[in-house]
This record gives sequence, structure tokens and C-alpha cells, in this order.
Amino acid sequence: MSAKTSQSRGPGPGRTAAATPAPGGRRWSRLEFALGRNPAGLLLSAPYALFVAAVFVYPIGLGVWMSFHDSFFTAPGVDVPQPFVGLENYAAVLSNPAVRASFVHVAEFLVINVPLTLVFSLLLATALNNVIHWRGFLRVSYYVPYVTASVATITVWMFMFNSGGIVNQILGPLAPDPAWLVSKIWAMPSIALYVTWKQLGFFILLFLAALQNVPKELHEAAATDGASRWQAYKAVTLPAVRPATTLVVLLAIITGANLFTEPYLLTGGGGPNGASTTPVFLLYQQGIQQGKPAIASAIGVLLVIGVLIITYGSRKLTERD
Amino acid sequence: MKRSIIILIAALATASMLAACGGGGGSSTQASDKQAAKGPITIWYSNNPNEVKWGKQVVAAWNANHPDEKVTGQEIPAGRTSEEVIGAAITAGNTPDLIYNTASVAVPQFQKQGGLVDLSTFPDGAKYIESRTGGAASQYASVDGDYYQLPWKSNPVMLFYNKAIMRKAGIDPENPPLATYDEFLATARAIVKSKAAKYAIYPSPSSEFYQSWFDFYALYAAESGGKLLVENGAATFADTAGTSVAELWRTIYAEKLAGNEPYTGDAFLDGLTGMVLAGPWAIESYGKTDWGVAPVPTSAGMKPEETYTFADSKNVGMYSSSKNQGTAWEFLKFSTSPEQDGALLETTGQMPLRADLTKAYPEYFTKHPAYKMFAEQANRTVDVPNVSNSVEVWQTFRDAWTAAVIFGEGDIAGALNDVAASIDKLVSQQ
Repeated sequence: MSAKTSQSRGPGPGRTAAATPAPGGRRWSRLEFALGRNPAGLLLSAPYALFVAAVFVYPIGLGVWMSFHDSFFTAPGVDVPQPFVGLENYAAVLSNPAVRASFVHVAEFLVINVPLTLVFSLLLATALNNVIHWRGFLRVSYYVPYVTASVATITVWMFMFNSGGIVNQILGPLAPDPAWLVSKIWAMPSIALYVTWKQLGFFILLFLAALQNVPKELHEAAATDGASRWQAYKAVTLPAVRPATTLVVLLAIITGANLFTEPYLLTGGGGPNGASTTPVFLLYQQGIQQGKPAIASAIGVLLVIGVLIITYGSRKLTERD
Repeated sequence: MKRSIIILIAALATASMLAACGGGGGSSTQASDKQAAKGPITIWYSNNPNEVKWGKQVVAAWNANHPDEKVTGQEIPAGRTSEEVIGAAITAGNTPDLIYNTASVAVPQFQKQGGLVDLSTFPDGAKYIESRTGGAASQYASVDGDYYQLPWKSNPVMLFYNKAIMRKAGIDPENPPLATYDEFLATARAIVKSKAAKYAIYPSPSSEFYQSWFDFYALYAAESGGKLLVENGAATFADTAGTSVAELWRTIYAEKLAGNEPYTGDAFLDGLTGMVLAGPWAIESYGKTDWGVAPVPTSAGMKPEETYTFADSKNVGMYSSSKNQGTAWEFLKFSTSPEQDGALLETTGQMPLRADLTKAYPEYFTKHPAYKMFAEQANRTVDVPNVSNSVEVWQTFRDAWTAAVIFGEGDIAGALNDVAASIDKLVSQQ
């Protein structure tokens, strides 16, 4: 089919592009438009595209579909009607005080965890970048909690933060009662602190990589211009690590919004009295334990929308000049 | 190129979704043909070492005489809970023929998923179950009156106490006063006051749906004379019995006689608490501890032979993926025969859900007097009710319990009334 024929049918979806001149003055054929300039590239990228479709696109699509239907998991061959219910699942989710509370809890977590993660990882990365002795040892030390199984580190934190733990022994009369992990006020901040500590090593590595790419000449130029160390840090280092800052904030928000293991293990199932439940924890409870995957899907879709909005906002904020 | 990749992904995703949506319509063998089918089967059993030992033994005993109907046994795959593993396996269609670790609380959900075979549809199905278990079998029937699980074994919950701690607290270790709530509280206060142990009792205070079976439900079964949490489609516990049990536990937590923080070890074994509510499965792990056991307390005290408790049973389910259900049913009867129930008792110390247990195995209980009390208690147990949204019912109860009892918020009667209304609504939904 020639480009001329396509043009003769008038404008329409896909046809305007057919008139687009290809590089070198040649016009695109429909086949070229569908398969691209290098069809072999399509073949080479197919395995990854297949992987993304199987583990990401399909589950997301199915999750959205389930959130609009009265659906539940059945054995193969069991034919059960799963009718379209519109926004019924979303109405059930939004009218559930426990779900609303879980979103508040995760917001509380993010407010504490993201700034702490950002500040401590940047400071420690800067310190590690300048340290001369014990550099390798210190880097590994910060990274060890990140690669250690949560179950193991959580047990240690439970001992540290229980009523007779080392933290309360140090605090003496200032120790909270009830203790940290069973206090409605302190449970979520304790989780935020734990997660900050656990993941710090990973974020330090990101900043460290960015810091090592800051050209020395810029610092030398700043010094020549008479800038103090703080001024040089503010004017040279911080702008230079801005892409890393954006990445750290995005990753901290995304992993924080998906908080599950800590409320499940550290506070004994979202305790005390539901004060540390999170959307993903409720998603697990409703979808896996209670056999209500449609409700769980609705929670999941709302969480994805929430995370997209927050990450978009944070990206605008961190990339702002 | 970017556009081409998007087209490819969209096409793949659409195709796979359509494939998924279109599934489920294939031809199925008639139920009666399946029930008659004989051949090799697979079973799963718990990973408890003693149950593994029993499982291997029963499989070997069957296989020796059934070369054409070979049974393959394996431990249930690891997961957060057995119920989650089984639920996922039902959806995936790769359940074994029989699972000797099916919890009553999960049966309504498995049934709704179409994952269980109705055992009552076997010609001798209901008759076999009722003749083996007696009158207690009825509480394992589903809402439609049929049996989707075979009541297999129970672990009647009783009150263990540490004799050394009792002695240290100045209490007679051979006969501690624990029958009434007043006696129980006095004993608990003595343990804590004397610093014989940090806590008197330490049921898990965490929020998992099943935790209320081991603090509230055992005592409620006793106080109410054997009522289930839900009977005839309505919650039963917002009454005097339920309120008095909740008041007792609230006092225990308020006076710090029990811990309100999750503990990762075994508080009884570690000497952190003087008492624990547990079933006979725990006896082996308490080997070196000098322990005694008493029925769970009631407000006014009750004769042991009249006291009910929570059964904490584990049952056997036949799963709908089974192709050789004829063999599965025969093996199920073989594995729950008097001989194999005796082997289970001998190997694990857990109580087969069989009527008149002490009369059936007199030699065992003469040889193991510690287990006799549990066997006698096994005749008076209640299990979780077989109702719609069973897990959600218990989670709703646990959440209310945590607030009102463990953390002492609001008034108990009001909390029980509110949660009873929520549970009534849940059990009325299909």
C-alpha cells in the first residue's frame, strides 16, 4: 500500500503519520509505521515486553477489572457469576473507617520517614565521601541492615523497644507508658524510624554514587571565588546531586506507601488497636485472609492513584530550580 | 519504536486477560464418576515433627496393601499460614487430594471457592463422620447441612501452670485455686506481687484474627456452657457470660497481670508467666518444666466434668482437584480408623475427634495420665462456628476485643453489643 493511497483516504488516526517524511526525505509506509524503522528491534525487545506484560500490565489490568466486579478467587472450572458492580467496592472501601485510618497512618509514616531518609542519607553519604580511613568498613556497616532479613532485625527492635528494653532503660522515667510499639502515639513513628534505619544503606549508596560524580573543578572554582565550605556545598554539591535526590524521594515514597512487613511483624498485626495498619496490610487482610479480593483491589487502585499523585508532586518539588 | 512496543504490550496484555476471563468453562467429569475413581493420590500434612512421623507411617501402612492406589505424602508447603497456602493452591488448581491440616475457620471460604468436595455426597459419608465423632460432629457441618471437612483431631485448651512459680508465689502447686474468677485473679495477683514471674498469664495480645480463640473463646465456651460464637445466624456473646469473660480479661490487663506487648518467644517456657492457655500439643515442648493443668476458670466455678472449652481442631478436607476421589475417601477412612487414630494419639498426643476417647484407648491413658484430662475435656469442646465470612467475623471480634479489653477503651457491654451487630451482618451475607 503506497503512501499516496493512504493520503487519498483523507486524514484519520494513523494516517497523518503515514504522510510524515522519514529521515532522508522518504515517506513512511504503514508497515514501517507499525513496526518501526528497525523491526528486528521489536523482536529483540519482545522478551522484555512479554515479561512486563505478564508481571505488571496484566496484574494491574486484572486488579482494576476486579475492583469493578463482585469477584473472588475460585478453583479452576468453577463457574461463578462475577457481576459488574460499578463503584460499589470503592464506596465500601471509602466508607470503612479502618481503611481511611490506614491511609492516614501511611501519610504519617511518609511525613516522618521521607525527610529522615533524605537528610540522613545525604549527610552520611557526604561524610562517607570525605572519610579517608575505614571507608570500606563504614560503607558496609551502613549497608548491612538493608541486606539483613526484616524478620531478624525486627526481633532485635522488639527487644530494644519493649517496656523493659534498652531504650526504655536509658530513658528511665521519660520512657513512654505503654511502651513504644504498643502506644497509639508512638507505634507509627517507631515503625518510621525502623524503616529509615533499615533502608538507609541503600539510599546512602545512591547519594554516594552521585557525589562521586560531582566534578572537582567546580569545587575548586567555588573555592577560588572565595566560597565557604557551606556555600560551596549549597551552590555546587546540592544542585549536582539533584537527580539522586529526586530518585531517593521517589523511592522512599513508593516503598513507604507499600509498607506491610513492619506493621505485620513489629506491631503484631497493625496494632496497637489498629494504630499502625496500612493500606497494603488491609489489602492482605481483605484479599488473602478474608477472601475479598475485589475490596482489596479497590484499596490497591486507590493506593496506586495516591502514590502517583504524591510522587508527581514530589518530583515537581525536587526538580524545581 | 516506542509506539510499537506499547502496541505489543497492549496486545499481549489483552490476549492474556481475555484468556483468563475466558477460562473456567471446560468439560468436567461427572461427580459420581470422580467419586468412584481409583488411583494414586497425594496428601499434605502439617510440618509438626510428630505429625510428619505419623503421616509417613500411615502412608507406608496404606501403600503396603494398595500397590495400584499409591499415596504420596508431603508436608504442607511453607507460607505465612497453612490457610493462605491452601487458598492459593485452590485458585491455582494444584491442591492435593487430601489435606490433614484444614482449619474449621477456613472451610466456609474454601467451600465458596469451590475448592472442597462435599463428603456427604459419598454414600457412607455423613454416616461415617457421625459414627466416628458422635454428637460433636454437627458443629463441623456447613450451613447447607453437609460435611465439607472430616473432624479429625482436637487440642482442647486448658490452663497450664508452672508448679515452681506457684510454689515461689506461696500457692499450693498441687492444687492451686483457679476454679473461679476470684480465685484465678487472687492467684494471678500473688504470682506477680511475689515476683515469682513477671506476668501471671500471657496470651498473645497481637491482632491476628485467631488470637481470640486462646483468651476469650476458651473461657466463653466454659462460662456459657458450650455456646458457639454464632448460633442460628446470630452472635451469642453479647450476654452475661461474654461480658463477665471480657471484664475478667480487662482486669487482668489493667492490673498488668498479663503483658500487652507481643512476645517473640514462649513466655511460659521462658518463665515469663506462671500460666498459659494451651492444648495437649504443648506438653512435649514443656518437657523440663514442672507443670500442672486445670480446666479453664468460670465466674462461679464449675465441675471439671461439666466445663467446656475451645477445641482448636484440625480437620481433613478433600479438595476438588482430586481425580481419584474413590481412593481418597477410602484412604481418609483408613487414616481415621480406630487403629490409625490410636497411632495418632500415641505419636502426637493430640486427641482424635472420636466419641468416648478414654474408653477407646484405655491403655494409652493409663500409661500417659497427663493426657487423660485432655481426653476427658475433649468430650466437651466447641469449635469455631461454620458461618459465612468466618475469618472476617473473627477479625472483627479481635479488633473490638483489642480496643475494649486489652487497651481498656469504652465500656465492655457496649463494645460487645456493637461487634455482635457487625457480626450478625457479616454472617447474613453470602
